[in-house]
Amino acid sequence: MTRFDETVLELIGIEKAFGATRALRGVNFSLRKGEIHALAGENGAGKSTLMKIIDGIHQPDAGEIRVHGKATQIADPLAAQKMGIGLVHQEIALCPDVSVAENISMPMLNASKRWFVNFREIRRIARDAIKPLADIDPDARLHELSISNQQLVEIAKALTLNCDILIFDEPTAALTESETQALFRIMQQLKAEGISIIYISHRMAEIFEQCDRITVLRDGQYVCTENIADTSPDAIVGKMVGRELGELYPPKLSTLPESGEVLLDVQNYSDDRRFNDVSFRVHRGEIFGIAGLIGAGRSEVVKAICGLHKRTSGELTFLGRPAEIRNYQDSVALGIVYLSEDRKENGVFLDLPIAGNIAALDLEQVSNYGFINRRLEREQATELAQRLNLKYGRLEHPVSSLSGGNQQKVAIAKMLSVKPRLVIMDEPTRGIDVGAKSEIHRLTRELASQGVGVIVISSELPEIVGLCDRVMVMCEGRNNGIVSGDAINEDRLIRLASGMGQNIENSPAETTTQFRVQPAT
Amino acid sequence: MTANTPSFSPDPTKRGLFGNIRKMRELTLILIIVGLFIVMSFASPYFLTWANMKAMLLSFSTEGIVVVGMTMLLIVGGIDLSVGAVMCLAMVMAAKLFVLGMNPWLASLSSIGICSIIGLIMGNCVTRIGMHHFIVTLAFMGIARGASMVITQGTPISLFSLPPEFKFVGQGTLWGVPFSIIIFFVVVIIADYLLRNATAFRKIFYTGSNERAAEFSGIRTKRIKIGVTVLSSTLCGLAGIIYMSKFGAATPNFGVGLELNIIAAAVIGGASLKGGEGTVFGAILGIALLSVVSSSLILLNVSVYWQDLIKGLILLAAVAIDHILHNRSVQQG
Repeated sequence: MTRFDETVLELIGIEKAFGATRALRGVNFSLRKGEIHALAGENGAGKSTLMKIIDGIHQPDAGEIRVHGKATQIADPLAAQKMGIGLVHQEIALCPDVSVAENISMPMLNASKRWFVNFREIRRIARDAIKPLADIDPDARLHELSISNQQLVEIAKALTLNCDILIFDEPTAALTESETQALFRIMQQLKAEGISIIYISHRMAEIFEQCDRITVLRDGQYVCTENIADTSPDAIVGKMVGRELGELYPPKLSTLPESGEVLLDVQNYSDDRRFNDVSFRVHRGEIFGIAGLIGAGRSEVVKAICGLHKRTSGELTFLGRPAEIRNYQDSVALGIVYLSEDRKENGVFLDLPIAGNIAALDLEQVSNYGFINRRLEREQATELAQRLNLKYGRLEHPVSSLSGGNQQKVAIAKMLSVKPRLVIMDEPTRGIDVGAKSEIHRLTRELASQGVGVIVISSELPEIVGLCDRVMVMCEGRNNGIVSGDAINEDRLIRLASGMGQNIENSPAETTTQFRVQPAT
Repeated sequence: MTANTPSFSPDPTKRGLFGNIRKMRELTLILIIVGLFIVMSFASPYFLTWANMKAMLLSFSTEGIVVVGMTMLLIVGGIDLSVGAVMCLAMVMAAKLFVLGMNPWLASLSSIGICSIIGLIMGNCVTRIGMHHFIVTLAFMGIARGASMVITQGTPISLFSLPPEFKFVGQGTLWGVPFSIIIFFVVVIIADYLLRNATAFRKIFYTGSNERAAEFSGIRTKRIKIGVTVLSSTLCGLAGIIYMSKFGAATPNFGVGLELNIIAAAVIGGASLKGGEGTVFGAILGIALLSVVSSSLILLNVSVYWQDLIKGLILLAAVAIDHILHNRSVQQG
């Protein structure tokens, strides 16, 4: 086919850093006319950053962008739009208080020279754009729609732009099967019209069904571009992972803990939105990992366990006794603590002193008659700082004076100050340096061997593989299987996380994967 | 994925009982106002007289112009504490320029222009420097009030020699209707229409509802925010000039505490401090309600000391009901 010969978009040597994090390091990418080009890579490989550069939301630090063969700069989304580039965002970027019709027509209204909005016309445009996808009332306000319908509105919005380059950043993550099929029909139709599509997905089956070529990114670097016909899902997964375990992890348990004492037993947890019917057990002495794609409901499940997220059904047994946790205070009283994935927002008080941060979870420990005793506070902080090998100037200094890794240690020290029986760590090493990372890994193992239950959520597969004794993989809010021991490898986890295969574990109670239909409310 | 993947939440495109809170809000306000009218017409023989109606309309018509700007600011996610002070500054400055011998129309126009420039500075402080609306406008509340004091040296300026055609703006009547009420209606009707239908004004909602989404759609949200701030300050200036014409005088402590009344009216009328929500019509109903209530209290011989307390309760009730209804509609999907 001759139309494949024309290159409509070319990126050469794109570099982008956010602070100290180098998100993209010399990435090349080229898109031909009328092709569907998949972009694959693990979480954090730089896919979304690259797409935001194409859409003008971020500016590259170095490298060249050529649109239709001409070197150019894309200053903002409006400029991208004028060049015929449209982006369907991974996270829904719509206005909740505004009608569906206006949301869909927003870029068009912005570009139009007309003074007044022709509501009849935008309603018609919205209806036409959304009809092939779903039956959604164009007059409804966006916040009234379900997440999947909001995602469809996001897609419909991009379709109205009459782009010749369309980017879909994980559009199917929130969609049902029939909605996904509708989207694919539209993509094929656009392709037939000569429109070029960049398609980001973690689902290999979709990529191999729908796409013509695939480019793989890993750790912000370009790996390869292949014709779909010449490669296989296994080969691509291999290339996505393709790295040695860079860090040394502490040794795992020699015997699997499944026969050991059950510390935490979670049964049929659902919140009817983000996760559904999740069951698992954590044994004393093990590190239990939870893997899955972003948005799979991992954080929500563990937050529901410790009373930080609502749940609509499910039972919890802790140390052999049924437990009712209504809020985080209940959870801490039981000895279950949670380390937030968002350190700066929820983990530490950046402006407060180190000692005050560590004491914050249970002030009574460091108080006499309702007044904080600074000596007790110091003693507690000194002891924990020593144990965690915290590098600090003075305990009176604010946490913001520390490096990211040491800030995280303060957050961990705060958790440990209440002598917990189960610690839940959500992305404990995100954005911190290698040294602090392996110290945290060591500490995690130390806690487990002291009989504290440990749950680790991580999007970084090597971390899950290197650290955990058993791993639950979540996919779209469900427990898609629990793997243990030698069966834990990146390949397997990626498959489970993208819904490719199921793994049945010994204990049937834990792998309940069937759905319970939720009554409509 | 598996073909039977359920969508976890029921499809809520069907609009429930609480789907149209906003329209309900305006209707509710109208009903309350009409109810008050009925009750009051029995309670006081003076209430349902043309003179009282006119007095009530007059009392809130000029403030109503300020409410229009405030509503747009709230929709874009901002707030303006400087409205009373800026209004006063326009009045005082125009008066001073007139006393110094400038043509009153020219003096008024230049004062309104100064107000627009104040809005421009405030808007840039917010968008370019990244300061919060609250702080910027709090600072300009002090600056504008202080400037009024400096200009007048703390004493009112009397304007006995205002030409009659200028006095007409605030004091004259057209077909029996006070001209300032006509200005009010013109501003409100135009603003309401623009906010509902004009492309540029719809962007106020988009920016206030989700600024990032608006930017991703190519909207230059900083410009929108600056534009709304300028518009609000300009309308304050216009209101100040109408008051000057009405009173034939300018006092440096005029409009103290006005901002609270204005914000309360807009919020009672359905504007949300979170941005993205609000209508001019609703906000005007809000200020009308506050005005009818205070007029009623006076006619019922309730001590004026009760007025602020009752206004506070109305604001509290309106926002509380709003949140309760909103939570319920969210829970229903």
